[in-house]
Amino acid sequence: MSAPATPMRRRPVDAPLRPPWSEQGILEVFRHRYILSLLVRREIAARYQGSVLGLLWSYVNPLSQFFIYYFVMGILFGRAQRTEDFAVHVFAGLIVVHFFTETMNAGTRSIVRNKSLVQKMAVPREMFPVASMLVSLFHVVPQVAILLVATLISGWRPDAMGLVFGVLGLLISMTLGTALALMFSAANVFLRDVSNAVNVLSNFVRFGVPMMYPYTLVAQRFHGHTSIYLLNPITEAVLAFQRAFWVGATSHPAHTAHIDMPPNMLWLSLRALVISLVILAIAQSTFTRLERRIPERLL
Amino acid sequence: MRKEDRSIVVRHVSKTFTLRYHRTLKQMSVAMLRQQELSDSFLAVNDVSFTVQQGESIGLMGLNGSGKSTLLKMINGIMRPDSGKVLTRGRTAGLIATGAGFHPQLSGRDNVYLNAAILGMSEAETRRKFDDIVEFADIGRFLDSPVGHYSSGMFARLGFAVAIHVDADIFLADEVLAVGDRPFKKKCLAKMQEIRDSGTTLFYVSHAAGSVRKMCDRVIVLEKGHKAFDGDVDEGIKFLHYDDDNENALDIEEEMADDEELGADI
Repeated sequence: MSAPATPMRRRPVDAPLRPPWSEQGILEVFRHRYILSLLVRREIAARYQGSVLGLLWSYVNPLSQFFIYYFVMGILFGRAQRTEDFAVHVFAGLIVVHFFTETMNAGTRSIVRNKSLVQKMAVPREMFPVASMLVSLFHVVPQVAILLVATLISGWRPDAMGLVFGVLGLLISMTLGTALALMFSAANVFLRDVSNAVNVLSNFVRFGVPMMYPYTLVAQRFHGHTSIYLLNPITEAVLAFQRAFWVGATSHPAHTAHIDMPPNMLWLSLRALVISLVILAIAQSTFTRLERRIPERLL
Repeated sequence: MRKEDRSIVVRHVSKTFTLRYHRTLKQMSVAMLRQQELSDSFLAVNDVSFTVQQGESIGLMGLNGSGKSTLLKMINGIMRPDSGKVLTRGRTAGLIATGAGFHPQLSGRDNVYLNAAILGMSEAETRRKFDDIVEFADIGRFLDSPVGHYSSGMFARLGFAVAIHVDADIFLADEVLAVGDRPFKKKCLAKMQEIRDSGTTLFYVSHAAGSVRKMCDRVIVLEKGHKAFDGDVDEGIKFLHYDDDNENALDIEEEMADDEELGADI
C-alpha cells in the first residue's frame, strides 16, 4: 500500500463488518417500517396520478363488478330470490376477492415498476410486494365500511365468533396474497409472461370461490365432496368473511350457517391460514433464490 | 493494518452476467434450429480482492466496461457477487452510475424523503437536513414537480445532494460529476473533500486524473474485470496512461481543471 498523499484521517466506526445486503427476507421489511410507509404512501399517490377521479377509481372498479355479478347471478339467474340478502353475500365475498387479486396483480408488477429504485439503491426488495399488499389493504377499509352499512340495513346482528372469522378471512387473504405477490414479483423480472398468467389466475379466483354463488350449490352438485374446493385458502377467506358479515344478517343465522357454510368452519379457516403460511415460506425461499439476479435482469 | 480499522473487505469477488440473445419462444426455437448460442456469459468482475481502511479515499479507475460500476454496486449491496465475499462497516451512501434511484412520477420532495429513508435516515433526520439538501441541489421551484420533468443535471444534482447529506461511513461516488455544470462540480468536490476529511471512506470513480489526484490517496485500476493496479495515485494514473492526456489534448476538461484547480469528469 502506498503512503497516503494526505495524512490518514481516523474515525472509528462502531459497527460490525458485515455483508452490505440484507439477508432476513420478509422480516427485514418490518425492521424498515418507515421506508415501507413511504412506499405505501407513494404507491397510493402514484397509482392514480394524472386521473381526474383519482382514488375514486378504486371504488368504481369493485362496485361495477358488484353490480354486474348481482345483476347476472342475482337477477338473471334468480339467485337473489333463493339466497337471503344475496347482495351482502356477493359484496362480502367481493371485498376479499378484490383485495386478493389486486394484491396479486399489483404485487407481481411491483418490482419491475420500481426498477429505477431497485437498480440504484440497496433496499430490501421484499418491500415492494409487501407495499402492494398494504396499498390494497388500504382500499379494503372503506369497502368494509360500505359493507357494514349494507349489512346493518339488512338486519345484521354482530356476534363475537363473527369477528374472529372476519379477522381470519383477512389474515388468510393477506398471507396468501403476499406470498403469491412475492413469488410472482421476482419471477416477473425474468419472464414478463408471469404478469399475464397472473391475470388468468385472477379470473379463476373470481369464479372459483363462493362469491357470486352460495357454497350450498357446490355442496349439492358434488354431493358433499368439496374437499378439493375447500383446499383453496381463498375459499375459506371468502366464507369466513361471509360468516362474519352475511350470516348474521339473515333471518335465521344458525340455520344459514348450517346449510350455507361447510361444517367445521373454524377448523377449515385455521387450516387455510396454515396452508397460506406454508406457501409464504416457500415463496420467500423462491424469492431469495431469484433475487440475486434481479438487478441485472431488470432492463 | 488494524482489523477494527477495516472499512471495506472485498475478497475473491467475481460477478458473471448472462447475456440472452433470444427472448421469445419463437426466437429461441429458430436459434436452436440454427444451432446458435442461446445465451452467453461474461465476467464483469473477475476475482478482485482488496481491503480498505476507514478514512482512506480510493480512486477507482479503468476504461468503460472494466467493471467499476458492478464492483461499486456490490459494495453498496445492490448486487451480490457470484463468489467471494464483500463486507462493509457502517452506513454506505452514494451515487451509482449517474443519477439517483428516483421515481419519475413523484415530486422531488417525496423522492428526497424516500431516498433518504433508503439510505438509512430517519424522518426527523431528513426533516432536519431537508433545507440543506434542497439548497445544495439548487432546484428551486421544481421541488414539487415530478422528477420525470427534471433536466438530467437537476436529476443528478438532487440525487447527489441527498446522498451527500447522509452521515455515511462509506461514500461511493460513481461519475457523479459527469452531468453537473461547472459551479455544481466545484461545490461537489468541495463537499466531497469535506466528507473525506471527516474520516469517511471514499470510493471515487472518475476518468479525470486531475480530480483523482486531488481527492484520493490510493488508486485501484480495473482492467476487464481484473484488478490490474492497486497503489499510489500517480503510479496508477501513469499505469492507465492518463497522465499524457494533456499532450494528446484528449481531455479538454482536464485542461479546464488545470485552469480552475478543479477536477472534472468526462
